[in-house]
Amino acid sequence: MESIVTYSLVLSAVLFTMGVLAVLVRRNPLIMFMGIELMLNAANLAFIAFARHLDKLDGQVIALIFMAVAAAEVAIGLAIIVSIYRFRRDVDVDAVNSLRG
Amino acid sequence: MDYIYLAIVFPLLGLLVNGFFGRRMTRRAVGTIASLAILGSFAVSLVAFFDYLDAGEAARSIILLPWISLPPLEISYGFLVDGLSLVMALAVSLVSFLIHVYSTGYMADDDGYPRYFAYLNLFVAMMLTLVLADNLVLMFVGWEGVGLCSYLLIGFWYKRAAPSVAGLKAFVVNRIGDFAFLIGVFLVFWLYGTFRFTELRQSVETVALAGHLPITLIALFLFGGAIGKSAQFPLYVWLPDAMEGPTPVSALIHAATMVTAGVYMVSRMSFLYSMTEVAMLVVACVGAFTAIFAASIALVQNDIKRVLAYSTVSQLGYMFLAAGLGAYWIAIFHLFTHAFFKALLFLASGSVIHGVRGEMDMRKMGGLAKYMPHTYWHFLIGAMSISGIPLLAGFFSKDQILFAAFTSRPGIWPHAGMVLWVVGVVTALFTAFYMFRQIYLVFLTKPRFDTDEIHPHEAPASMIVPNWFLAVGSVFAGYIGLPALFAGILSLPNVFQPFVSGALAGAGHVAEAAHGAQELIKEVLTTSISVVVALVGLGLAFYLYQVRYGVTEKLKKAFAAPYRVLLNKYYVDEFYNATFVQPGRVMCEQLSRAVDLGIIDGIVNAVAFVIGALGQILRPIQTGFVRNYAWYIGGGAVLLVILLWLGLGAK
Repeated sequence: MESIVTYSLVLSAVLFTMGVLAVLVRRNPLIMFMGIELMLNAANLAFIAFARHLDKLDGQVIALIFMAVAAAEVAIGLAIIVSIYRFRRDVDVDAVNSLRG
Repeated sequence: MDYIYLAIVFPLLGLLVNGFFGRRMTRRAVGTIASLAILGSFAVSLVAFFDYLDAGEAARSIILLPWISLPPLEISYGFLVDGLSLVMALAVSLVSFLIHVYSTGYMADDDGYPRYFAYLNLFVAMMLTLVLADNLVLMFVGWEGVGLCSYLLIGFWYKRAAPSVAGLKAFVVNRIGDFAFLIGVFLVFWLYGTFRFTELRQSVETVALAGHLPITLIALFLFGGAIGKSAQFPLYVWLPDAMEGPTPVSALIHAATMVTAGVYMVSRMSFLYSMTEVAMLVVACVGAFTAIFAASIALVQNDIKRVLAYSTVSQLGYMFLAAGLGAYWIAIFHLFTHAFFKALLFLASGSVIHGVRGEMDMRKMGGLAKYMPHTYWHFLIGAMSISGIPLLAGFFSKDQILFAAFTSRPGIWPHAGMVLWVVGVVTALFTAFYMFRQIYLVFLTKPRFDTDEIHPHEAPASMIVPNWFLAVGSVFAGYIGLPALFAGILSLPNVFQPFVSGALAGAGHVAEAAHGAQELIKEVLTTSISVVVALVGLGLAFYLYQVRYGVTEKLKKAFAAPYRVLLNKYYVDEFYNATFVQPGRVMCEQLSRAVDLGIIDGIVNAVAFVIGALGQILRPIQTGFVRNYAWYIGGGAVLLVILLWLGLGAK
């Protein structure tokens, strides 16, 4: 039992790190987006692992809510990316800096 | 008589309807609603008048609603119905109604028609509040309310500069008086603990404080308010400028009603004034001085309305002269007759201005009698009444003022009566002269305007008919308060005096109870002198402006210096400008530079500068690159984890 939780958490940490790196390193917003999804799901995995470990349902409920939020977030994020593309004909993240202070 | 508040409600309803919906209604509807509202007030006053007679002329104080209740301070919406307030309410609503009707004709082509009638209705509501209030505070509400309406209506044509400035001047000058009035009101509460006239009268009359300094102070402070509102020297300067407003407004507010508020207030507080001879003498002297001062200015003015404005100031001076001598009922009586003939004179002058396309300079008139016969008669009747031509309203009221002056012997200065009488007689001479000078310049002599260019015409019926009513009043209003001499001859008893006297203090030092043979001789003497003086003034005007037409030009050159002083109104406006207005302006400019720009704006600017500087420091963080922000977030998260870990480890 102990080992499953440990493996799950290690997998979760690896997935999360990959997600962070994707967001920080890549310039394509779609890939960055996938990185974000990866981070969210890594967190989900950790929640579920702890839920099993503690024998409580709270973690699984949170994971379900996260999925719903993630779906909404994808919809909004994609819409923003599409409108940026329409406006600038370009979705390179480093080129979009009009909010500079 | 509980319904008396309706007299105030009707014009307020008129204000609401015309103010909110006036622009969407026809002009006829607006004028009709406004006039009917005032007619309603008049009807209410009339019904109250008959109820009052039925009730045996017992004064009643009606409390409608509580207003401010902070024991021991109790102020309510209370109305006092007695002879004095009823006379005022009747005169105000009747004259207002006639002027409303006249206005429907005079203002017919004005863009601000609904606004005009809304203001006019508000004015009547406030004036009735002033005269019907049963306590000083509610009276002050009306007092300020009529001042506000006066300001709004003087500056009615706000797109032109002169009316706006004149409105502002009226308001500011009135504020000076109102400040004194307020101090007086506070002193009243401090000394007697009540604002209600009935309670106040009891306290004043039971607690013997006659000649006591606080009473004199209260009387003088309250009189300060009257000086402002009723345009007495030295605060009269706003009234002549108020002529920038529409002429019916000049007739209603600046001649017949509002400016008499001071006289009404002094009479209402007569129980207090009678306790202090010093204040009484001040009132009488200020009144007499203003009377002769303004009359002398009126002698040489060329603007048709300005002559009437100074004439109003002068007549108000007469009223204060009477009040200051303790002859309060005569002051109110003159106020009553003056409301008719001065409103008539102003409305007739409005008809003249209307008929000659806005010309106000009498030097460019002349010979108008044949173009506008009705208006000529109106003006002539008004002029005869104010000049004291026998058997007209103004004759009876003014004659009694002069008689009161002649017979009064104020304790602290016994000769004052005689001095004031002489001043009054000279003023009467001036009055007759300037009124008939006006008649000759405007209606008689030959036309001095381009007869091809201007075709004077008579005013429409809506303007002529109200004037005939006022003309009837100007002739017959005097017969309800005849002097003893005429009351005996005509066997018409004086009903006015007993009717109002219940609300007034005792006669003071004017001998009027004893109408023995000696008194009668004195009365014949003063009356004859008044008549002679009026006829001399008339004759002088006739001689200078008709018989030897043009001789005045030579006189102007012969007496150039005094003429210039009078024409420029003794340079009082220039004096005020140099001593108060300009220093005030300079002070304000300095203050605005030092305090407003330096300190107030300085603080605001300093705060803004500090925030801006902080922003400059933090600005580079905002690169606009999403990735940088992600780095901050990620780095922050890692940092937090490390800190937590260290923290946990330390434990």
